[in-house]
Amino acid sequence: MEIRKRALTSRIREVLIRNLFAFFAFLSVLLLGLIVLFLFREGLPLFKQITVSQFLFGSAWYPTYNPPEYGIWPLIVGSLIVTILACLIAVPFGLLAAVYISEIAPLRIKEILKSVIELLAGLPSVVLGFFGMVIVAPWMQETFDLPTGLNIVNASVMLAVMAIPTISSISEDALYAVPREFKEASYALGATKYETIVKVAVPAAFSGISTAVILGMARAIGETMVVLMVAGGAAAIPRGIFDSVRPMPASIAAEMGEAPFQSGHYHALFATGIVLFFITLAFNLIADYLSNRFKEEGSGTL
Amino acid sequence: MKAETQASFMKWRYFRQGLFFGVVRLSALIITLALLGIIAFLVVNGWKAVTWGFLTLPPTDSMTKGGIMPAIVGTFYLTVGAICVALPLGVVSAIYLTEYAKQGLFIRIIRVGVNCLAGVPSVVFGLFGLGFFVVFLHFGSSILAGSLTLGILILPTIIGAAEEALKAVPQTFREASLALGVSKWRTISRIVLPSALPGILTGAILGVGRAAGETAPIMFTAAAFFTASLPKSIFDEVMALPYHIYVLATAGTHIEQTRPLQYGTALVLIALVLGIDLVAIVIRSMVRRKKRW
Repeated sequence: MEIRKRALTSRIREVLIRNLFAFFAFLSVLLLGLIVLFLFREGLPLFKQITVSQFLFGSAWYPTYNPPEYGIWPLIVGSLIVTILACLIAVPFGLLAAVYISEIAPLRIKEILKSVIELLAGLPSVVLGFFGMVIVAPWMQETFDLPTGLNIVNASVMLAVMAIPTISSISEDALYAVPREFKEASYALGATKYETIVKVAVPAAFSGISTAVILGMARAIGETMVVLMVAGGAAAIPRGIFDSVRPMPASIAAEMGEAPFQSGHYHALFATGIVLFFITLAFNLIADYLSNRFKEEGSGTL
Repeated sequence: MKAETQASFMKWRYFRQGLFFGVVRLSALIITLALLGIIAFLVVNGWKAVTWGFLTLPPTDSMTKGGIMPAIVGTFYLTVGAICVALPLGVVSAIYLTEYAKQGLFIRIIRVGVNCLAGVPSVVFGLFGLGFFVVFLHFGSSILAGSLTLGILILPTIIGAAEEALKAVPQTFREASLALGVSKWRTISRIVLPSALPGILTGAILGVGRAAGETAPIMFTAAAFFTASLPKSIFDEVMALPYHIYVLATAGTHIEQTRPLQYGTALVLIALVLGIDLVAIVIRSMVRRKKRW
């Protein structure tokens, strides 16, 4: 009787613990929902004043003028340009570093380089922004004889530094997951190491590598401090790569402090946050889809 | 003739390989140099500014002189707060994901949720913290609001690290314990968790490093330009190192004059963050080497 009672309480405890843990695990999803909810709560009132298409495609961002104009098209363009340019720099570097770590480097160098990349990932963005401001910007201004060194190129380079660790470490995992047999078969056919990497390993890891690139882009587009300090802050459609831009995160971070509480400007900044959130969410969902596809393809399915 | 073209083709293939390896090594070298360059630049310019007084005194003369002590204290509070929020939640989530959950829609949703949470831009966390903690829950701009925001930000990092640590515990440990008639919860709390502890610790340390360096999430939720005194409760605003750098570098009227302070603050921040990361990396490699199974 006593034993049975103890077994029962123990079973009840097990069920309780399981459900409690399930709830806490689900909290991440709930938090994501809360983020959406509160972005909408503070952002949607803007659309009593202007329409969604005026907001998204309006070409003038003059939130403090009278009457104010809340068109974020220049901010979206700014974000996209610095992100794309940053990826053009970060993808080759990140991918080559991943190839080096997973296929070529001797064990010692491999360990060191992995630590380097991890430390690079840990570098606070405000420090990179500071570096871009006080070193890269004056240098660029002087060397290329520009009106300002705070421009698209500078911001893209700094963003690339932030995106390289993401791209490199995820690509490395993908390359590492390529079954040994693939490479051995390639060598057995007389292929060189270069041919094996380029024609066998990289194509086999392709979906993992695309995941890496997409997550790198998501990282770059959402990065705030670098673009806030280095992109120059001009809310206009740029005409060249040495123009200043004002990407979405920079605009939010720079103006939220001054925007009067619950004003149109305040709501417009939250609405910009909604746009930013859904862009990165889309990137993440695509990456998630790709990485799941890539998990399922083992040596059996190819 | 034919043998000759074949030989030259082989030569070309090896030349191409050598070229490729050169490019690969070069890019690895450039990445390393970028990290070292940034650190060296801050050390060279900043080390003179970092004196005992700089670390222990508050700013004076409207932030053009003096030290950064309140910012160090503020960053410490925010970081400790963040880890207090994220560590328990993260470990419990990871236990559920690795030990209890079975494949299915529920777990699929949780995984997608965690991945998406990890991808939310830091400034959006700032907006959320402002809308939810500061305004809706009336915490005001405070240590509490900032810590909670940072805690949510690092939650996915902690979940990921804890999950990896739990997965690394051999299945035989669990089986041996269960075979002795030990309940599942006891198996987890007495066998699995202690074995995974070093890995979880590494994740927690990395999370601390991440939280200490973030600026955008605390801009609207906790950080102040300047506070006359140290915080007395968790409802006070604080100064923080990353925000202090940003403010000095962009918003002052004496930007050039305060350069040494900026360099000094940046140096202290990266020494702190990279030091924390390095500790985590060292612990992890030690654990891997000493692994008993």
